[in-house]
Amino acid sequence: MKEIRIHGRGGQGAVMAARMLASAFVLEGKSVASFPMYGFERRGAPVVAFTRVDDKQIREKTQIYTPDCLIVIDPGLLTLPTLFTGLKPESVFILNSPKKLTEQPEEHLKTGGVVNATQIAVEEIGRDIPNTCLLGAFAAASGWLKLQSLLDCLPDYLSGDILQRNLKSAERGYREVEVTKW
Amino acid sequence: MVSAQKGQVRVITGNAVGAYGAMLCRPDVVAAYPITPQSEIAELLSQFKADGVLDAEYVEVEGENSAMNVVLAASVAGARVFTATSSYGLVFMYDALQEASGFRAPVVMVNANRETPGIHCVSSGQQDLISARDTGWVQIIVENDQEILDQIIMAYRLAEDYNILLPIMVNYDGFYLSYLAEAVEIPNIEDVDAFLAPLKQQPERQKLVPGVSIGCGTHGMEMGYVEARYKHCQALERVKNKVDEIDKDFGDYFGRYYGGQIEEYRTDDADIVILASGSATGTVRTVIDTKREQGIKVGLIKLRLFRPFPAERLVEVLKGRKAIGVIDRSLCFGWKYGPMCMELRALSPEIGPTPLLSYIDGLANLDINVPHIERVIDEVSAAAQGKPYQEVTWIPMEE
Repeated sequence: MKEIRIHGRGGQGAVMAARMLASAFVLEGKSVASFPMYGFERRGAPVVAFTRVDDKQIREKTQIYTPDCLIVIDPGLLTLPTLFTGLKPESVFILNSPKKLTEQPEEHLKTGGVVNATQIAVEEIGRDIPNTCLLGAFAAASGWLKLQSLLDCLPDYLSGDILQRNLKSAERGYREVEVTKW
Repeated sequence: MVSAQKGQVRVITGNAVGAYGAMLCRPDVVAAYPITPQSEIAELLSQFKADGVLDAEYVEVEGENSAMNVVLAASVAGARVFTATSSYGLVFMYDALQEASGFRAPVVMVNANRETPGIHCVSSGQQDLISARDTGWVQIIVENDQEILDQIIMAYRLAEDYNILLPIMVNYDGFYLSYLAEAVEIPNIEDVDAFLAPLKQQPERQKLVPGVSIGCGTHGMEMGYVEARYKHCQALERVKNKVDEIDKDFGDYFGRYYGGQIEEYRTDDADIVILASGSATGTVRTVIDTKREQGIKVGLIKLRLFRPFPAERLVEVLKGRKAIGVIDRSLCFGWKYGPMCMELRALSPEIGPTPLLSYIDGLANLDINVPHIERVIDEVSAAAQGKPYQEVTWIPMEE
């Protein structure tokens, strides 16, 4: 089983990103389970969302404590004291940031993917909703998901002009992510 | 009946599943007021109505008390009805809940479980369903998204059965299931029609229509009251076997069985049994598999039917076990045990003298996680070997 945990803020699309990931993996024949955890719906409040992917049926209904991958949509959340707790060996780290990663953030992280998803989202979508761009970056850096599966699931969630913009944003995330191996 | 066609598989949330489940049963009247974590159901049903997918009266109400009164009145007039709520919404309709069951109205309602007022807490927990325990409703608790959909369909078969005629509350854990996106098979509506068709072959139920005098929700002093309540209680007793029957019919037709009143997992040769309900039972199953590999003979009872309480089937399964652990996601004010454990203790004379350990966990968005369940199984296992044990454990308070 692969466990993916997404950290973002209300309005950035963390919840939707976790669902889109689940849909994309279903297109590759996987079993999935995805849910967010937050109390009140508030724009700007920290949100955490979880996606599990497996070849067999997923029965666990708990939050994710031992992630194989962390996706951080808001770099301001890098200061969370427990962000890197419980990472599995060989983990993947996807970060939205204008800055490059200069050092390995935690010893279990073996792959890092950084992309300026906010800038790409503003350019392509016109608003700071960087989720689909980061999913493109995730597909490229992790190698767990085909870009095409991601693009194919987006029409389940978006339509018309906004769909086209997000398809571009996801593709640019896939192409422009800077991947580091440790 | 032959088998149903394969339905469409979609990745959708538990709330969306709830809306699809309702829509597939072709309700005549829907009234629901949005509340976290249920809002998506109210939104989607009104979208279905706007899109013409749902051919029902969608009554916009100003609150949950009105929602229940609207569907109650429509139900009494002969309509198939649906509503959905959670927490504050459920307690805001508390009087109307009792009216609905007293009227013997076959209302089907989804309740996305959430903690109740007193400490403002927008989070998961089963306290709301416990607070409605004595309203005379049938209460069923489900484990995952597919079961939400399937149970809503089964709920109409149960509610509208001529020998039952009671309101049904389908409960699922808010947040954990309401927002859980997983792959769900959505049956074809024609197959749902076929599954519900037997309801049309029974005598037509009484309807409150202009010009016809019938007795429902009437005044009932002394024996009038006693007789109505007696019949209500008898109907609740009949629900137990009916739930098993409908589950079998559903499984034979759609290929998915849920066990009826309770579902057993690896209980056949189990020395110890864990009793739990809702979304947590999925995690309990995985821990049981691990413990089995270590040689511990442990099984799970998933409590699906909470009201009426499945006393007979529980006694049958639990008699002779060496120890039992109960995980409650709610409290029983005034009793030290969790509510489901307290219910089970009422069956102690029938089950026999076996250690019964009560665990309170998973309140207010806290997880019932793997280490917690491992701890429960280890302690129940030790109790089975005659070691001293703690009767009640609030797991988060001891971490």
